[in-house]
Amino acid sequence: MDIKSIKSQFPIFKNKFNGKPLIYLDNANSSQKPKNVIDRISKFYSKEFSNIGRSVHTLAVTATNRFEESRDLMKKYINAKSREEIIFTKNATEAINLVASTYGDKFINRGDEILITELEHHANYVPWHFLRQKKGAIIKFAKCNDRGEVDIDEIKKLINNKTKIIAITHLSNVTGVIMPIKKIVDLASEKKIPVLVDGCQGAPHLKLDMQELGCDFYAISCHKMYGPTGVGVLYAKKKWLDVLPPYQGGGGMIEEVKKESITFPGSPTKYEAGTLQTAEVVGFSESLKFIEDVGIKNIMQHEKEILEYGLEEIKKNNSVRIIGDPKHRGSIISFTIKGIHPHDIATILDEDGVAIRAGHHCCQILHEKMGISASARASLGIYNSKDDIDALSSAIKKCNKVFNT
Amino acid sequence: MDIKELYQEIVLDHGKNPRNKNKCEGFNKEAKGHNPLCGDKVQVFLKLNNDKKVEDISFEGEGCAISIASASIMTETIKGKEFNVAKKILEHFINMLKEGSKLSINSLSQDENTTMMSLSGVKQFPMRVKCATLAWHTFIHAAEGKEETVKTEK
Ligand SMILES: Cc1ncc(COP(=O)(O)O)c(C=O)c1O
Repeated sequence: MDIKSIKSQFPIFKNKFNGKPLIYLDNANSSQKPKNVIDRISKFYSKEFSNIGRSVHTLAVTATNRFEESRDLMKKYINAKSREEIIFTKNATEAINLVASTYGDKFINRGDEILITELEHHANYVPWHFLRQKKGAIIKFAKCNDRGEVDIDEIKKLINNKTKIIAITHLSNVTGVIMPIKKIVDLASEKKIPVLVDGCQGAPHLKLDMQELGCDFYAISCHKMYGPTGVGVLYAKKKWLDVLPPYQGGGGMIEEVKKESITFPGSPTKYEAGTLQTAEVVGFSESLKFIEDVGIKNIMQHEKEILEYGLEEIKKNNSVRIIGDPKHRGSIISFTIKGIHPHDIATILDEDGVAIRAGHHCCQILHEKMGISASARASLGIYNSKDDIDALSSAIKKCNKVFNT
Repeated sequence: MDIKELYQEIVLDHGKNPRNKNKCEGFNKEAKGHNPLCGDKVQVFLKLNNDKKVEDISFEGEGCAISIASASIMTETIKGKEFNVAKKILEHFINMLKEGSKLSINSLSQDENTTMMSLSGVKQFPMRVKCATLAWHTFIHAAEGKEETVKTEK
């Protein structure tokens, strides 16, 4: 694969930062955007913009069509059964809140249990915490082991008759573990427990097939998929969307409004209240086309190669501790350096143009479990190469030098 | 930007071997500080006498080299000084971090001045100003008897 030519599609890499070319290793946080995505948004505003779904003029019809084409592309990308199962949200956080709120309202009561894991991003814990407070529900945490994985037996152990939903990450944004979702779904379906998957890190890096995976809900942030900010997707099985109540109320999501009563249309309209992020959703269609052009299998293979090279190189430095050692790992390397705080690492790396993230990456529970308060994290995207890893390892050596460790 | 200006010898030394990192004996005031964005935590213990003089001060906590060094340097600098003087020093310190101005306070000895100035490199790294000021704000909270945890904003 010609990574150079793929990278050349991303205008950001033409810039210098602190006088250095950009080595972008913060993709788990958000990815950069290819020119086609950026241009698409500009073209939409210049030539096609109107609000969607409301007016009958030509512009409104075209805009609505462009918007709905994005939904179709997303349906295809994750192989959902129908387009009604794709709901646009502002991000994965909103997608998870939508489920916690609507499913929680209808199906979770005092003493019911919500099963999550110690790996979860705050986005897949805090919404359930709200539900715990509101309904008197209980949150159970499946334990994470030293390798940074949650063994399926740990989940099995916690499933009982009170378990009302299992909410779990597909790919940890800290340890990189890829969870065996299909097996978990099989386990859950024996007891008819729905499974929500936080697919933030899964969607950009794994081949997805909702019908094969079998989960009930899948939450996605499109800005991590080379797409614009402000766009997320909730995939939900139609059977749930038919029975769950609406999430937010407002324009666009109603069928008939009377003084005494209001009726609602079906999904996805029911869940898309108010004026939407039209231009961004339209722009996102170009991200999906970009991924399709490169090919998700090629992306996976390339990232795997760089990941393995990265792990090998970084392990050569004895002062570095890599967080977790999962058997199935996505393109994420979190680490600490002996005697140097992650924030200092990030600042020193930044001077060499190497952009990583430092902190708890919205996973405080996991960091505590690993006995640290913060870590540094390098996370890959399609444009990263072995050169980027070399830049990372020499910048790490520079940390050792500055701190004399 | 030059990384060596940020991590000067004195800063690295205080970061690695922080002074007064304990609970000082007989403290009568304390406060906590937290930077939720990066997880830095600090707790300041203060012995303030009736004349509002800092008889003793110490801290505990965890964080980056800048925040630990800054806390350590703070305790060294303001021990034995009047609260009002300490406040004045903080004012100058913040100006130094934000505007790049020099410290010009008579009550600082030459040594104290040099030590404080070692943090002047932070100016070039605006994201790190919060790290350098967290302990100081926490100290003010402790002295003024404020209960709530100091939280650095975004
Ligand atoms: C695993 C995981 N879940 C959830 C999120 C939240 O994504 P967003 O902030 O886009 O809603 C992230 C991204 O930071 C993530 O990595």
